[in-house]
Amino acid sequence: MYFAWVRERVGKAEEVIDPPASVATVADLIGWLSVRGENYAHAFERVSVIRAAIDRAHVKHDAPLAGAREIAFFPPMTGG
Amino acid sequence: MRVVRVQRGDFDAAAEAAALTAGRVDVGAVVTFVGLCRDDGGHLAALELEHYPGMAETEMERVAAEAEARWPLAGVVAIHRFGAIRPGEQIVMVAAASAHRAAAFAAAEMLMDYLKTRAPFWKRAIQVDGTSRGWVAAKEADDSAAERWA
Repeated sequence: MYFAWVRERVGKAEEVIDPPASVATVADLIGWLSVRGENYAHAFERVSVIRAAIDRAHVKHDAPLAGAREIAFFPPMTGG
Repeated sequence: MRVVRVQRGDFDAAAEAAALTAGRVDVGAVVTFVGLCRDDGGHLAALELEHYPGMAETEMERVAAEAEARWPLAGVVAIHRFGAIRPGEQIVMVAAASAHRAAAFAAAEMLMDYLKTRAPFWKRAIQVDGTSRGWVAAKEADDSAAERWA
């Protein structure tokens, strides 16, 4: 799932993906997505600002994807 | 008592705060904070708040639970709106009730600091002249404020 400007740049709010087994962490997934197209490359061009969540809990980029059902990418939050 | 809600419509902050003390005689302090949409000197027409349904509620529950674990609270409230919000309208409220004011003040402040940096909401600012609909940038000051409680 993608939110805010990450969603706008990717061009979709959600999708079902099936990455290869070599994609083991959040960082691996960002790298894998980034070479899928210019829209992804644009969304993930500043990797350090991208926040991630696995199954609705915040995670760091080194978090393993094993067992993850719902992965989300979004910019730093600006609620409140 | 814990009230956590994510909703499109407005809320009654006074009624939410009153519910924290209804029928109780052990509460000595209630601190309520309401965050409002400001017009930034007449430039802002509205905010559009996007959120991550499900995770927003989960994170707010988590933040409320952390406040409850940290201070002796009689109750907490955290309510956050999403969708279009115009200047002057309420966006968010937190409230904390306790026997003494120190815990209520601190809990309310921590709730807001954590909510701003952890709850998945994103603001888009719609300008009066229609020229811009840009995403509001996150502030480092908000991260620093949240880190005080770590």
